[in-house]
Parts: sequence; structure tokens; C-alpha cells
Amino acid sequence: MRVMAQIAMVMNLDKCIGCHTCSVTCKQTWTYRAGTEYVWFNNVETRPGQGYPRGYEDQDTWQGGWRRKHGRLVPRSGGRARRLARLFANPRMPTLDAYYQPWTYDYETLTGAPLGDNVPTAPPRSLVDGRPTDITGGPNWDDDLGGGPAQLAGDPILKKMSERVRLEYEQAFMFYLPRICEHCLNPSCVAVCPSGALYKRIEDGIVLVDQDRCRGWRMCVTGCPYKKIYFNHRTGKAEKCTLCYPRLEAGDPTVCSETCVGRLRYLGVVLYDADRVGEAAATPDERDLYEAQLSCFLDPFDPEVARAAEASGIPHDWVTAARDSPTYALISTYKVALPLHPEYRTMPMVWYVPPLSPVVESLTATGHDGEDPAKLFAAIDALRIPQEYLAHLFTAGDTAPVEAALCRLAAMRAHMRRANLGEEQDPAIAASAGMTTASLEAMYRLLAVAKYEERYVIPTSYTSAGPGGADDGCSLEGAGAPGMYDPEGFHAPPTAAPRAEHAGTSLRDRVNLLNWNGSGRPAGLFPRRRGES
Amino acid sequence: MWRGRAKAERAAADAAERLMAAGRLLSRAPVSADGRAVFRTDQSVNDAPYRERWAHDKVVRSTHGVNCTGSCSWQVFVKDGLITWETQATDYPTTGPDRPEYEPRGCPRGASFSWYTYSPTRVRHPYARGVLVEMYREERERLGDPVAAWAEVTGDPDKRRRYQRARGKGGLVRIGWDEALEIAAAAHVHTIRTHGPDRVAGFSPIPAMSMASHAVGARFMALLGAPMLSFYDWYADLPIASPQVFGDQTDVPESGDWWDAAYLMLWGSNVPVTRTPDAHWMAEARYRGQKVVVVSPDYADATKFADEWLHPHPGTDGALAMAMGHVILRECFVDRQVPYFTDYVKRFTDLPFLVELEEYGTGGAGAEGGAARVPGRFVTAQDVGAATDADAEARRWMPVLVDAVTGGPVVPGGTLGDRWREGGEGRWNLDLGEVDPQLSLYGRPDATAARVVLPRFDQEQGTPEREQSTPEWEQGTLEREVPALRVGGRLVTTVFDLLLAQYGVGRAGLGGQWPGSYEDADVPCTPAWQETLTSVSARAAVRAAREFARTAEQTRGRCMIVMGAGTNHWFHSDTIYRSFLSLLLLTGCQGVNGGGWAHYVGQEKVRPYAGWQQLSTAADWVRPSRQMASTPYWYLHTGQWRYDRAPADALASPVGRGLFARQHTADLVARSARRGWMPSYPTFDANPLDLGRRVRRAGAEPGRWVADELDAGRLSYACEDPDAPANWPRVLTVWRANLIGSSAKGNEYFLGHLLGADDDAGAQEAPPEVRPRDVTWREQAPRGKLDLLLALDFRMTSTTLFADLVLPAATWYEKHDLSSTDMHPYVHAFSPAIDPPWQARTDFEIFHGLAREVSRLAAGRLDDACDLVATALQHDTAAGEAPPPGPTGPRFTLVERDYGALADRLAALGPLPREQGMTVKGVTVHAGPETDWLAARCGTAAGGAARGRPLLDTDVKLCEAILALSGTTNGRLAAEGFRALAGRCGTGRGLEELAASVAERRIVFSDTQARPVQVSASFEWSGKEAPERRYAPFTVNTEHGKPWHTLTGRQHFYLDHEWIAEFGEQLPVYRPPLDLTALGELPRPGASAERSVTVRYVTPHSKWSIHSEFQENLLMQTLARGGPVIWMSVADAEAVGVTDNDWIEAVNANGVVVARAVVSHRMPPGTVFMYHVQERLVNVPLSQTTGRRGGVNNALTRLLIKPTHLIGGHAQLSFAPNYYGPTGNQRDAVTTIRRRSQEVSY
Repeated sequence: MRVMAQIAMVMNLDKCIGCHTCSVTCKQTWTYRAGTEYVWFNNVETRPGQGYPRGYEDQDTWQGGWRRKHGRLVPRSGGRARRLARLFANPRMPTLDAYYQPWTYDYETLTGAPLGDNVPTAPPRSLVDGRPTDITGGPNWDDDLGGGPAQLAGDPILKKMSERVRLEYEQAFMFYLPRICEHCLNPSCVAVCPSGALYKRIEDGIVLVDQDRCRGWRMCVTGCPYKKIYFNHRTGKAEKCTLCYPRLEAGDPTVCSETCVGRLRYLGVVLYDADRVGEAAATPDERDLYEAQLSCFLDPFDPEVARAAEASGIPHDWVTAARDSPTYALISTYKVALPLHPEYRTMPMVWYVPPLSPVVESLTATGHDGEDPAKLFAAIDALRIPQEYLAHLFTAGDTAPVEAALCRLAAMRAHMRRANLGEEQDPAIAASAGMTTASLEAMYRLLAVAKYEERYVIPTSYTSAGPGGADDGCSLEGAGAPGMYDPEGFHAPPTAAPRAEHAGTSLRDRVNLLNWNGSGRPAGLFPRRRGES
Repeated sequence: MWRGRAKAERAAADAAERLMAAGRLLSRAPVSADGRAVFRTDQSVNDAPYRERWAHDKVVRSTHGVNCTGSCSWQVFVKDGLITWETQATDYPTTGPDRPEYEPRGCPRGASFSWYTYSPTRVRHPYARGVLVEMYREERERLGDPVAAWAEVTGDPDKRRRYQRARGKGGLVRIGWDEALEIAAAAHVHTIRTHGPDRVAGFSPIPAMSMASHAVGARFMALLGAPMLSFYDWYADLPIASPQVFGDQTDVPESGDWWDAAYLMLWGSNVPVTRTPDAHWMAEARYRGQKVVVVSPDYADATKFADEWLHPHPGTDGALAMAMGHVILRECFVDRQVPYFTDYVKRFTDLPFLVELEEYGTGGAGAEGGAARVPGRFVTAQDVGAATDADAEARRWMPVLVDAVTGGPVVPGGTLGDRWREGGEGRWNLDLGEVDPQLSLYGRPDATAARVVLPRFDQEQGTPEREQSTPEWEQGTLEREVPALRVGGRLVTTVFDLLLAQYGVGRAGLGGQWPGSYEDADVPCTPAWQETLTSVSARAAVRAAREFARTAEQTRGRCMIVMGAGTNHWFHSDTIYRSFLSLLLLTGCQGVNGGGWAHYVGQEKVRPYAGWQQLSTAADWVRPSRQMASTPYWYLHTGQWRYDRAPADALASPVGRGLFARQHTADLVARSARRGWMPSYPTFDANPLDLGRRVRRAGAEPGRWVADELDAGRLSYACEDPDAPANWPRVLTVWRANLIGSSAKGNEYFLGHLLGADDDAGAQEAPPEVRPRDVTWREQAPRGKLDLLLALDFRMTSTTLFADLVLPAATWYEKHDLSSTDMHPYVHAFSPAIDPPWQARTDFEIFHGLAREVSRLAAGRLDDACDLVATALQHDTAAGEAPPPGPTGPRFTLVERDYGALADRLAALGPLPREQGMTVKGVTVHAGPETDWLAARCGTAAGGAARGRPLLDTDVKLCEAILALSGTTNGRLAAEGFRALAGRCGTGRGLEELAASVAERRIVFSDTQARPVQVSASFEWSGKEAPERRYAPFTVNTEHGKPWHTLTGRQHFYLDHEWIAEFGEQLPVYRPPLDLTALGELPRPGASAERSVTVRYVTPHSKWSIHSEFQENLLMQTLARGGPVIWMSVADAEAVGVTDNDWIEAVNANGVVVARAVVSHRMPPGTVFMYHVQERLVNVPLSQTTGRRGGVNNALTRLLIKPTHLIGGHAQLSFAPNYYGPTGNQRDAVTTIRRRSQEVSY
């Protein structure tokens, strides 16, 4: 057992109002600059819909993630040789049109228009070349079912479904899917980088791009099945969601989480057995991947796990945090959160509570009213959102886990409605969803009351010497802890790259006051002067 | 070939594998057992760019200040002295251990606000229209005097025309601040001297979300004597039903109280979009077992959270509510009685009160049950000779009910008659004592059955076949019997008995046209009947009604209806809302935490109300101020009345008495003004400063003097000749607002008649036979009434594009201010993250600068002014809501104005709050200690006209004064108010305890800067609040027996005004959306015969903007479709050959809109949405129809005034600003849509 810690996120889609505040605050904080105009580390999609970039889930086209080949996992985009052959011309790379052509407006007209014949207006201009442009696509083009059947039918999930979904007024359904990088346990982006620039941090599992080492090959863009790695056309480097590590390290939630007015995001530590990941990701039947990934997660209450965690260099407060972790609770204890597209075999670590939705009129007309638990559960498979649709998102098409999760939500509502109306409690409600009254109420507290300190349980940063590594007290020297990378990458194991030289001084080193004995200058407290190494 | 490649690949992979294994041996770093991962700590990485990106220098608390009711506290990040981005504050005081919290509050619009700070659409400097400035400078140079120069430019018809025609066509030039303020001040001084202060006006809405910025300008206007124009009614956000039913403007639960509801209906309110920061309460309350029903014609965002989606046709919601009421009355009041409901309606509603049944002339007398009758006035103490200890005046306002114990009529306490009269002290309460109000006269041995004729309006759009097959009596009326008694010589019945008749709930032995069952679709108001109108299945309506009632019974009233613009912006929104409110009143949900109405459209709650009101109306210096109802103002001054082609009685009840016969709606506007029901500015065809001088010289009582002048024909009301140049408004200042682009219903008429700019209106004027009788019709409609449109803004809007002068305002992140809302119970501060950049100034500084300039230019021109101020009969005053019998009129007051002292007074607190007190909702408190406190806190004026007075010369001090002078933030005042209330309501009702519980609470400005602070209960509001108690309206009424501010002191089902009766709306009734064709609206002349569809044009609130704000924000446009769009159904799009994102044009008689189509199956056929307020700022091409720039969303609308909104001087139906007045409704619009050429030009 090799215990590792990961900050995982859970989003409760049942609470998502599709407001995009997360997208805006993330964009403003991280990608509101030249080179990343089209980049949304966090985006929100209306489903059904094609998403952003358009149709990204169609891996036949985009070739992201892993596939099983002879019992082993290889990147779907091909082995090393094939990737090498495509280094300079990669047909699997989404073009800007697949994202959208960013635009602005000639705003100056509004204040500066000379006296003319008409009311001034600011016409659209391309943000790429400044020329007049037509706006024909955007990062949220399908918002609220905009585009209608003609466009929404291009949703790759709809195409997968066996049951034909009618995109009609009376049968309308929709929900929102906010997405960030999945910070996978088995990241295909890391695997396919020819430069070894992508890495997964040992201490918290955040997947990052080393901005010095990245050579802009963009294999990661193809390799990521979620299309959550972007190419900055100004710097020529890859960029991606950083899980706001400068905030997480200080114990603060990510920007997208804290600014989520739906209060639907949870952040917390999940402990897992790194030795299990490879095998789990290679589980033959993709419908078993959800359970396989669950089996990688370790019970933080198990004393043996705690001992092993500390042996692996995971500090005590991280183990404690893992016990208080809302994400572990929603994923493993209550089993209401599910992974997004486990069939990509990347072992994603942003999980989702599937949404309830109105029951169709035909059912209400026959007396289902959400108050009688028996009828309620019978109605779960008649929700407006077809279960199969959710299953293709979260469980590789297996509806059983989706149904189970929805039933737990429904049971919680049924149980609490009785409490709310002052009726007698019925333990059978919890039991029917495989829970106890106590666990149902604990889950209710986490999902409904959802206090800030219960949504985000984030231990402050630590440095890891790596599993089994000795802690020599100097591990924070240098520029942050590098993480694990996949040696399958097209290169020999990387050697230390020369440090980036910054003009004058640099604040980039982190301070380690923990091991400072009080004399001399602690490393990193003061900026290095030019020439100082 | 393929095989060969595969083989080669395999070989390469194997080789690499071996190489990797070798590499592993060489590396010191641990490797996972499966060789999948290597763990390295020896390698440096560069993650610095993101750390540097995140690094910042300062975080400042602020928020966004107007037209959004979110009042969310934000953290603004500053780096290197620049605003970078914002995230929501999360430090709201807790709501309690077992509830969700308010954190975080915010939405994507707010999150993108910082874009404006440095955006290219920022107004950086003062701008003026070039042609105007050139002419002004020339005259200024020639005449050497700013006022004379302004007089010359505006007095010369050619010059005037030149700059007016240039409005909205670019050509703005940068000018200096001194010159800008001089021009503005000259315009004000000239206008006041030549035309009068009531020809100046100010418009700035929704004060709650930036009280100081609003108050400083409104205070400036009040000191000038200029009217402030209302906004709530004008926006059609004011639910007229609220004053009608509750006698209150609007009072609603905070969103945290949704959590307490066990049953929640979202009715025409798309909460995730329009109340984004509050939506989580709804999502979370479902987990507490709350059931959620969404009623919306489209599959709206909120629908995703629903247990059930009901989708009636747009505007037919009232029919569904009436049918639900039918079921509840049948099952909970007739077939069975629910004790909780019965007890509630007896104590807290007017249902037991007696109404006279008047004879109806044409109703076929002699039939069974005697003569046909119609419901009339409430029976009062005067009618039945009761309450003889009270004076006759008061007894006219004391409705009576029958005591079930004695069987005789009694006057219960708490009626309007007890509210004001001497001797009523301690009697104005809801205690019934021994009296048991008799709800129904049914079954009383002495009761007879009376035949009542009731109007029905559901057949206005009936099919011809149906009309042929229906007997005449059924067209437009119903006859139903009610039990009646003779009391005091009058035949009377109870409101409850009338209500059953109205809802079609029959009882054995009562004759008339009753439905046979719920399935009877022919007679109102059965579930099957509503299905024919709404398309909602009868079974769904029955089920919703039963669940609603059952939950209310089980939880003692914890059912809530969240209602919004979707059901409120209609012409007949008042009847729609009353049918909703009836459901809540019948089931005892109002005045209960977790229950009642939750109206969220533009509702504005200045929690620190008393202080804001004093300061914003300058009531500390002069009283009264001029407050104008905007809708009649714009109806007259933008010439829209000239296009009203329907007679005023077009929508009258078939059993009306013909009160409006041969009248035009403009005549009714004038009649209302003459009677003092609604205010009217300009008031007379003369300068009120001249009139004031004459009155003063004559030494006459102003009202008497005016009456004499009117009688002698020497004076007339300006509203009777609105197109006469003497009666035009001349100077309009707009700040914190975008009047022209956003709320201007009938936008093209604003452009043409008010501004004199080009317009796209194509409507035909009223033909001679339907023109007004009392209001003068001038053959030539004026173009360009306004001399000056002055706009203060930080961004370009349609208003700044059309303004003559644009002053660069500070953004919300650049000033101090205060914010509150009814959505949460806190007040919190704006603080500047940076100083206003470029030449921007805060509103506070701009108005003070303008005031100094006005004071300077006024010297020698406006000395010793005396202003004759006309005001309407005011709600919550004795004289206003209970006037003596006979014709009423406006009230006239002489007000001394010292324009030279204006700037000094603006910057200091006047003496009146101490000397005369501050009156809020009929309760007066005296701000003596607060005046002293403010003197100590703020310092006093060292000299000038305000010498020795506490200074209000900074925005912080103004904020401090607002908090100090309000009960919610100053417990001493709250306690004084509650004790005063106890004096009127009677002691022993817990009001003194309430006073004691809040007396020590105090909030000062720095508290609100540190974090949001919860306010406390105050006499200013109807609900109670405390740290562990959510605000719900009317809990003071239900828990302390304080009467509502209505005629009966109870919540009203019945309205007894004769104009209401003329419209057949005494009781809740279903009225369909307007049939504009039937009302004379013609298709646009010359409209092309191309393929087009005619659809209902609905303008709901947008996901990507707050009205027009953020509409041009690049972040929002990127997440939306990049410009104006119209959502249409798949069927409608197919009908005109439109595919998604095609350019289309919407055309009707009022204007033209160019937009792109969003085709979606979310939309019902026959209806399109153009999210409001999409204006022309970005990406609007020239239209194919007229060749001019496509219009704003209001280009397709025109003002329609509902006459019943003009009522005044009658109990709760009395004027107060933003409380009662005609709504600027815009929902009933219809347009044609066609695909246009896809080649567009800008």
C-alpha cells in the first residue's frame, strides 16, 4: 500500500443553478490576459448540449484518455511512436473554431463617434486579428438549450444513448455541468507530454504544467479527454486549471468553489493507494471502472491506513482532514457522488452528485407527488432527465449507481419532509436507500445546511519527501515540490532543468520557517538578488 | 502496411519499455510497482507565474449599487493600485446552527463588474454634444452670462432644433468640469426662473442598493423644488395588488425564510437567473422536504429544481390561481372547515365584513331573488348607526361585520376610523374580544337569497362559434345568488359570501349559474374551465390546490409563492396577483415565517428607511417635496397618449355604470390629478414661483386661492394641455439609471416627442372620435420637449448617447455608500478600492458641485422665492386616506426657497427632524439625540446658511446620518416608534417588549464597512427580525394584533372604490392578456408581406445582465450570444425559415428590433422572449425595415394605463411615491417576426 493524498472536488449538480459565476471569477483571476482569451479553466455547460469545446466527449474524434490494449493502458492518441509522428501535425487537435473565435467590440464608437445619421453602436471585432467579425460560436453557445434540436442533437452523449431522446417542448429537460480539470489519478495529459512538463504534485495531487519545461507540443491538449488543457498562443505554453494552488496551500478553497453561489462545491482530502491505480484504471469492463476507482480510496478511519499514511510522509493534519473530508463522505460513505466519464480511464478526481429533475406530467397525473417514498422511488426512473443520459456521463452507461444515488437524494427529501411536517419518522425510508436515519440526516446536513467549514476542509500545505523518502528538513528548498510523472513520456527520465532566470529578483520561492533555527536568513523569505543562486 | 506499422509500433514500445526499466534502475527516485509513476522530489519546477498572478496588495469591501436587489457584499482585489477582480465576501452573520448561510452572495454579472473600471466604454471625462457646446460658448462669449446664454440657445427655435436633432447621433465632445457644471447649473436656474422648479425633474431608481448616491441627488432635487420621478410603479415592478390587499408598498420575506417554507411555488419568477444569490435557499430547502412547483411558460432555469412544472400560456396564470382558489374554497371552507383557516380569515382578512348589494338597473328585475344586484360599498358604522361615540367623519371609515354571537352588526377595532381619530387611541388593533365574526350569512334564518350579477372577462377572446352558441346573459356576466340580510335599510352580504359566488362555489339552495363539478369547463372558475384558458390540466390544478392547502393546514401556513415579473408585468397584473394572494390568505400563510407571498421584482427595501427618506427628500429643511408618479408623467410628456386608440371604458365591466363613457385615458389622468389622487407635475400652466409670490402677496390660504383662480379660468392644470410649450418638462437629470435605454416603455415616443431625435415609431394617432374630451388635442404633436437631458454615468448607455451633457461618475468600487435589500437582513458598505480614475467623480461630489454652481448663479435671479407646491392625497396620513366627503383636490403648500443657501443646506442636517419629527407610515419619532450625536460625529458648519448644523459634507457622513436616523439601525428610534405604536394600538400587546428588545441596538457606518450587519425590528417595517429569526412580513400584525394599513385594518379581498367597481374588479377575477387589436392597435403601415409570424413578445429578466448593465460587458456577452437575441420556439422558427443565430427583425406599430434568433425547444410556440434590457450599444445593425439602427427591447412597447391605478384618497388606495400609481406595464405586447437579410451593416 502506498498511501497518497489528493485534494478532490465534488460538485452537487442537483444544486447547480447554471449561473456561471464560477466561470467568471476563475476567468478574471486566471485567464483574463493575452494568449488565453478563449480559455476557461472553469466552464459550465448546459446538458444536453455539445459543451466546450464543441463535442469534446467524442473520443473517436479527439482521441483523449486511455484505452486498453493487450491488457495494458495506452493513450488513445497512440503509443510513443505514433505521437512522435504527429508531433508537427496533429489532426486530433481542436481548432480555435471548436472552442470559439474570441471577439470584442469597437467600444470606442460609443464615446468617439462623430455626429452622424444614426445611433452609435459597437460592432464586433475579432480578438485574434482585430477585424470585423460575425459571432457564430462561444464558450456557452448551448446555454439553456439554445440552438434547439438541430444543434443539441450533436451532443455526443445523446448519440450514445440507446433510447431516442426527443428534444421537444413537453419533454424538455436540462441541467448544468460545471467543469474544471479533473486532476486525475492516472492523467493521460501527463503521460503524453513529450517534454515531461506536466506533473502531478505528490503532496496534494494537483496536476500542473511546468512553465519552463513546456515546449508547446500540445500533445496534452489531445491527450486530455476532458479538453481541459489549453494552449496559450502568446507564450506558446500549455496552461490548465491549477486548482488554485496558491490558495489551497494557504487552506483557502479554490476561487470557483468559494464563489459558487449555489454552494454546491466541496473540497477535501481523499487518501488512496497509489499502487492500486494502474490496475484499477485497466479494469476490463468500463462499467466496472467506477467501483474500481472507489476501491483505490482508503478509509482514513482505518488505523492501518493512518499508520501507512504517516509512513508515506503524509502529515497528521492531512489524515485528520481526510476523516473530516466532505468529498470522501460524498464519494465513499454516502456514495452519492460519481466520477465524470470513468471510461476515459484517467481516474478523475472531480466527482458529481447527479441532479434530480421534475417527474414527467404523466407520472404526476397518476398520483406521484414526491411525498410517498414508495411512489417516489418508482418515479426515479421517470425523471425528466433520462437516467441513461446521466449514466453515460458518470458510470460508463451503467444506470444502477445513478439510480442508487438519486434514490438516496429522494430518500433524504422524503425523510426530511416528514420531519418538516411534524409527521412520524419512518426508518424504512432510509433503509430502502441502503442508509440509516442517522446517516441520512448527516448527509442532509452536508448537502443542505452545508456550512462553509463543512464544504471546504483543506489542510494547509506541507512538503512531501515522497513516499518512503527521508525528510531531511530541506525539502522546500528549490522551486516547489515536483510531482510524479509518467515515465511513459517520450524521453529519458528528466534531469533538473536550469532554473528560470527572472529579471532582477524573484519571489517565486516558498518560505520554510518551520526548519529555520532563528539565525541567518531563512530560505525564500527574501527575494533572491540577481546572480544569487 | 497497417500490420507492418502495428508491428513496428509494438517493437518500438517494447524497446522503450526496456529503456524505461533501465532508466528506473539508474534513477534514485522511487517508482511505482507497476512502473506507471515515478515520484521525484529532486526536480525544480516553475509554478511562479500563477503565484504572481494571484498575489495582490489589498482587498476592499464593496458591492454593486443599483437596479439589482442582490445587495451582495464583494471583495475587490487591488494590485499595483489597480482593480483586478472581485470575489464574494463570505462573512455574513450566521443565520443559526441548523440552516444554510447567506455566504457567498453574488452572481456572474457582479463578478464581471470590475471590467467596467478600465473598459473602453468608461466615461472618462465630461462630454457634451458638440453642436450644443459650440452654440452655448458663442452666446456665453457674446452675452457674458451662462444663464442668458442658455436662455438664448434654448429660446431660439432653430438652435434648439439643431442640437435636439443631433441627440443620439454621436458628436459628443470632451469638455471641462467647470464648463459642464456651469452649463447644467445655468439650465436649472434658467428653467426654474422662467418655467418653474416643477419643470425640472430627477430620475434615479432603487435607492436601497446605494442610498447615499441616490439620496444626495434626490436631496438636491427636493431643495430645488424639482419632482423626483417614481420608478417602482414605472418599472411595473410595483405589485399594485400589494397596496390594494395589504396597504403596504411591498413587504416580503428575506430569502432565508424560503428555508422555512414547506411548499414553494415559483410563479413567474425564474429564481436562478433573477435572484441568483438567493437560489440556493430553494435548492437546499428541497432537501428539508420542501416541495417545489414551478409555473412558467418556458422550461425556465428554475424548472430544473421543480417537482412539478406547470406551463400555462403566458398571462393566463390568474385563471390557474382562480381554479386553485375554487378548489380550496370548496374543500376547505364549504364541504369541510379547517379550523386554522377559518380562524385566520376571521381575524386577519376582510372576509366577514359587510358589503352593500346595490340594485343593478338593467338586470331583469322580477326574476327570482328579486332585483339583480351588484356588489357596492362596505357598510360602515355611519350606515348602521354604530360607534356613536366616534365623530361622524371617522364613522365613515369604519366598516362593520356581523357578530355570530349576537347576530347584530358590530364595528370591530382596528379599522381606518380608529387609526387617526382622537379617542381612537388604544383601539386600533385586531382584538376581537367577545366578538365572533360571522363569515357567511348562509343558513341564517333571517337571510334571503339575493341575485348578484358578476362580470366575467374570460370570453374577451372567445371564438365566434362559442359566442353564437352561448346565450347573451352568459357573455360577460354571470348571475349567482348569495345569502343576504337587511341591515340599516340596506341589503348586505359578507365578502366571504361574495367570494364564494365569484369563485363559483355553490351551496344548496342558492340559485344561479354554478358549475356542476370540477369538470364543468363552461363556467368560471373550475379546474376544467382554467384548462381551456391555460392548457394546464385540470387534474394538475386540483392536485396543486390540494397539496397547497394540505401543507398549509399541516404546517399552519408555511406555504409560499415566489412571484415575479413573469406574472407581474402584465396590464392586469393586479388581478393576477390578487388571485395568488387569495390562495395565501385563505390558507393562513401570510404573516407566518415560511409562508406568504414573496414578490421579487425590483422590490427595493431601504432597511434604514426613516433616515434615507428624511435626507433624500430634504425633509430636514423643507416640507413637502415633489414626488411624481412616472407612468402618467411619461404617458403625457412623451405623447404616448396621442396613440391610445381605445376609449377609456374599453376594458370596463359589462355591469359597470358607465363612469368612463366617452372618456379617453388621458382624461382620466387629468381627472385623477384634479382630484388630488395622483400628483401632477408640472402642475399648472404657470410658474409655481409666480403663483407662490401671488398667494403670499394676497395673504390667502393657498388651496382657496387656487380654487378661485381655477374657477375664474385664470389658471389651468398643465396635464389638461400637455403639449403646450408652457407645460413641458424642460430639464431632466438621470443618474444611477438608464431611463432611455432601459425602462422607457414606448421608447420610440421618448426619442421623438420628448427628445426630438429620430424615431422608428409607425403608429397612427387616435382618430378624432376617440380623442380626449378634457385634455387639449393639438394638431401638431411637439417634438423635443426637453431642453436638457443630463446624465451621470460611468459607462455609455442609451441615456448617455442621447444626453446633451454626460458627467463621468465613479463606479461602485470608487466611493462610499450603503446597501441593503429585502432579500437578506443586513446593511453593508461600499468602500473605495481606488479613487475615481481619470476625471470621474462620485455622484455625491457631482451634486454638491452642481449645487454650489446653482447657488452662485441663483444670486440675483431667484432671490426670495416662494413656491406653491401641490401634492397628492397621501397614504398613511389622516387627510390623505380618509378625506372628508365631497370632491377632493390636491393639497397646496407655500414653501420658501432660498436658492442661494441650497449648497449649504445640501451639506448639512436641517432642524426639522428634531423640531417636527420624522413620520414613517403614520408613526412620528423625534431625532433630538441623533441630531446632537451627528453634530459630534460629523462636526458643524462654521458659517453660511447652515451655520451650526451637523455637517453632511462627505459621503461617509451622509451614510452615518442615514444609519443614525433610522429605527432599523438605531434602536433608540425603533423603540420610540414601537412605543408610539403601542399608544395607538393599545398596551399589553407586546409592542413595549419589542421596543425594549431593540432599544440598545446601534449600527454605525464603520460597522458596515467591517462586515455586513444585521438590522433589527423597527416600526418602519411590518415584520420582526432578530439574529435567529428570519424576516417575514406582517408578523408584527399577526403576532401583535397591529392592523394592516387598510380600510378594515385587515387584508383585503374586496375593494370598494367606484372606479374599481367600474372595472368589475372588487374581488379577484380572471382577466386575460390584452387583445391589442381589439384595443385599436393597427399593424405597422407598409409592413411587408414577407413570411412572418405574429407572436406574443415577452421581455423577461436576463441571465447575462442586470437590465442594461453588463449587457455590453465583454465577459457576459462572451458567455451569451454576443449581442441582442430573441428566443423563439422551433415551430415559430420553422414557420419563417429561421435557423439558430440567424438575423431577424421584430416589427410592430411602435418600432423595430433587429436581433439574432436563438431557436430552442425550451420555448412554447407563439411566444418569443427578448430578454430585457437589450439596447443598441453592441452589435445592433441597421434595420431593413427603416434603415435606422435597430431599437431597444422597449421599441416594441407602448404605455397603457390601467385607470384603476389612478385612484387616490381612499384608504389604502392612496398615493405615496412608489406605493400606488399606474404601472408602466409592457407584457401584453405582440409583434411580427421575420427573417431578414443576413447581410448586415452597422
